[in-house]
Amino acid sequence: MNGRIIGISGPTVSVDLQGLRLYERVLVGEAGLMGEVVRLEQGRAVVQVYESTRGLAVGEPVEATGSQLTVRLGPGLLDTMFDGLQRPLAAMRQEQGPFIHPGGAAASSAAAQPPLRFVPAHKVGETVAPGELLGHVEEGELRHPVRAPEQGGAIERIAEGEVPAGEPVAVLAGGIEVSAFHDWPVRLPRPYARKLSRFEPLVTGQRCIDFLFPLARGGSAIFPGGFGTGKTLLEQSIAKFADVDIVVYVGCGERGNEMAEMLDDFSELTDPWSKRPLMSRTIVVVNTSNMPVAAREASIYTAVTMAEYYRDLGCHVLLLADSLSRWAEALREISSALEEMPGEEGYPTYLDSRMAEFFARAGVVETADGKVGSLTVLLSISPPGGDFTEPVTQACLRNTGAFFMLDTDLAHRRHFPAINWFQSFSLYEQDVSCHLEEQVAAGWGELRRETRALLQREQGLREVAEIVGTEGLQDADRLLMQVTEDVRRRFLAQNAYTEDAFSTPQQTHELIHSMIEGYRGASAQLAKGEHLEAVLRKVRPAKKQAAAAGGN
Amino acid sequence: MRLARHSYSTLRSIQGPLLFVEKVIEARMGEVVTIAFPDGREAEGEVLRIERDTVLIQVIGDSRGLDLDRTRVTFTDSIKRAPLAAEVLNRAFDGSFRPIDELPMFVPEKWAPVSGLPMNPVARERPQEMIETGFSTIDGLNTLVKGQKLPIFSCAGLPSRELAAGILEHARAKSAEGAGSVVVFVALGLAFHEYAYYRQTLERLKGDYVAFINLARDPVVERLLAPRFGLTVAEYLAFEHGRDVLVVVTDMTNYCDALREVSTAREELPGRRGYPGYLYSDLASLYERAGRIKGQPGSVTLLPVVTMPEDDITHPIPDLTGYITEGQIVLSRELHQRGVFPPVDVLPSLSRLMQRGIGKGRTREDHREIANLLYMHYATGRDLRRLEAIVGREGMSEADRRMLEFAAAFEQAIVHQGEARRGIEETLDASRALLERFELLGAA
Repeated sequence: MNGRIIGISGPTVSVDLQGLRLYERVLVGEAGLMGEVVRLEQGRAVVQVYESTRGLAVGEPVEATGSQLTVRLGPGLLDTMFDGLQRPLAAMRQEQGPFIHPGGAAASSAAAQPPLRFVPAHKVGETVAPGELLGHVEEGELRHPVRAPEQGGAIERIAEGEVPAGEPVAVLAGGIEVSAFHDWPVRLPRPYARKLSRFEPLVTGQRCIDFLFPLARGGSAIFPGGFGTGKTLLEQSIAKFADVDIVVYVGCGERGNEMAEMLDDFSELTDPWSKRPLMSRTIVVVNTSNMPVAAREASIYTAVTMAEYYRDLGCHVLLLADSLSRWAEALREISSALEEMPGEEGYPTYLDSRMAEFFARAGVVETADGKVGSLTVLLSISPPGGDFTEPVTQACLRNTGAFFMLDTDLAHRRHFPAINWFQSFSLYEQDVSCHLEEQVAAGWGELRRETRALLQREQGLREVAEIVGTEGLQDADRLLMQVTEDVRRRFLAQNAYTEDAFSTPQQTHELIHSMIEGYRGASAQLAKGEHLEAVLRKVRPAKKQAAAAGGN
Repeated sequence: MRLARHSYSTLRSIQGPLLFVEKVIEARMGEVVTIAFPDGREAEGEVLRIERDTVLIQVIGDSRGLDLDRTRVTFTDSIKRAPLAAEVLNRAFDGSFRPIDELPMFVPEKWAPVSGLPMNPVARERPQEMIETGFSTIDGLNTLVKGQKLPIFSCAGLPSRELAAGILEHARAKSAEGAGSVVVFVALGLAFHEYAYYRQTLERLKGDYVAFINLARDPVVERLLAPRFGLTVAEYLAFEHGRDVLVVVTDMTNYCDALREVSTAREELPGRRGYPGYLYSDLASLYERAGRIKGQPGSVTLLPVVTMPEDDITHPIPDLTGYITEGQIVLSRELHQRGVFPPVDVLPSLSRLMQRGIGKGRTREDHREIANLLYMHYATGRDLRRLEAIVGREGMSEADRRMLEFAAAFEQAIVHQGEARRGIEETLDASRALLERFELLGAA
């Protein structure tokens, strides 16, 4: 089907194509820019275009594709960097040079891949039912199942061993070719047998999170923070060290140089859990702030669909998006080009429901073939002016399981990660605690309660000390302030640029345990009448450590 | 591609800088049009929106004198491009790329679209080579690297232009290689006396420069164009001639206000404080053009100056800028009033790309440690100032008084440097000496 462009406004284009369906993919203009139908009217459809509309002319041709916006799923996604429409950036660079030109880029990477290793489960002549397993493609330790298409039928040809990536792995009766890859619409959550309510800890390697606000596999968390509060750094640290099988990282409307830094870092590091190169478990989807805004809107769906694919293989998957605010802003920009009635702060009124749908894609599931996989979602949020009452943060707070509030004050003191320990919360605390008590150390929960109480009391004491000075406090209170300062500097703060960047649950427990034990001992001595200075000397850390933990 | 130039006099309405033209055939988004005024003048315009055969055009320049009957609009079938050639060096232009230095226009070697193209993230080189600015607060504590975008957040009345001019004069790349550096200076809505100040600085510069000057009396819409011309020229010099280009844009607040003015005229839905909802994407389309390319010489480093309205860092302009740029240099009214120059408040200042630019092999092995210690102890000293205000210095412990003295000494010895240029070695030596004087270097 062909039609023409009849109007252009920002990232949206009106076309006179008949018979389109909502969310159908269309190719716009002579350059063949990719777009998606977002509104249908009599005699007119509005298309959201994923590339820059500059230079498009009224009257240029428009072509319907009959399919929705999809991603290609199968082997070869790991260790790759895609744009928001799953186009491989390295291949685009080879084709187009260092700058991205609109249109023309290949939508999938299958042809560029090395050959696949296929292990058949059936022989030639056998008949397979629709959806029945034909065999596996092996990729490292992962096994990608290949299933019979809707028709099923007798196997005419089936491969064994190496197969070129572009070719079918099997041919069924009637010449039906079966590929190792399949396409899936990004806006449609992938199905599973059922959701499980199981809460295992997801170790991030960040002491503050693992100890005070633990995350659960299959859960979700947000961390809002003004600029300079270290959102990206925290997100990248978690991407490096999290105890999961697969990490999907979305750079959504953020800085290009940051992505260059991240790729540089990641290519040098190994996964602390599997000891394999970090990139071999990582997929990066990137749509920097100067790339087209509509593709930014699509990028988190592209990423979450790939993440669900690995969940369905029985993996523990972590999806990190930086930042969800940029996605919401893209939504707002498109909504405003469509002249929709705005809600709060100009965001469309469907912001909340879209977000809730997105959060609902996280979880622990039993897959169709009986495996258990999980998808955990971690999102950073960039509230304008650092004001947490804005609509995006508020909409997230209703959906998320954990909230790590990044604090500008702490960041100005170079206390990183700048997670505010009074305002943050994790709903998984109770469920995850029993696992940690079993696996790491008994008394984990008790230790946490005690640490929290100490920090709380310090807060009050600090207000007093601001008026009377530390000298004016009682001895027991001065001891407490000394210990909490140590907890803040050496335990809650973590230097992302040294070995300290990653802490195992055992190390985390050991460190806080020794600090709290030290405090208990010193309190007892103080109570026995020992001189404060003498007691303080004992709990005071060596100067060097304090300096190392103080900055970054 | 159209064969003939289309020309229309079917204007439906004129609203400020915006024209609605009817019965237009096949207009192009972003297309450049020439507008012939009834009195024979000509101006350029750009297509902003198309709805069937009705086209919305933004006039670049003054729209006074337009009428509905005699005005003619001619469509050129091409989007806005910048003329490029090596002869652009050491020239000054207005916001529409017309020479204002009384020399003839150069002959372009090529033309490039002013909006630029996004750099492929995998083609980006990680910025990690220090640029020595000669200011201790930047070099020592908030190091600038090639390919970075680092804004200066100023307040009305603070010496941001002296700081920007100082950087222009003193900046040099730590590892001198390649074809040398170039300054691209973009003035947006500047008052004449400010322009005169920068003009003198540019003339004093020993190296090459290119200037795009839009003064307060010049057309508002050109304010949106001038930085794009500047950055297109910068990309050309960096990535085709291998030069290290330092782009100074002042003042971004005027740019954002121009954008708001145009957006309101277009009757777009206003966002925070009346700025359009796409302010973030629009600013990113400028700021993100800073960078380096893997395997190629040359770099574009961007230093925008932002004057914070009402001294408020949470105002949308500094706020969105901070979300896009890799750190910020924040000026403080308090330090300025105490006669400190440059009045950089290091606590809210930050350079995100500093880590890779400093240390052994780049600056000095002890750089990171010195910076951390200065930072930590100065922050403590600053906190204690609040206590001092309540209990008085006499009521404080010996140790606390010492930290207060340290904070004051840091401001006088490290932050304050007047007109003098300080090399990074000098900065680090002075910092070391200060830390030693207060016996804070213990562990080193």
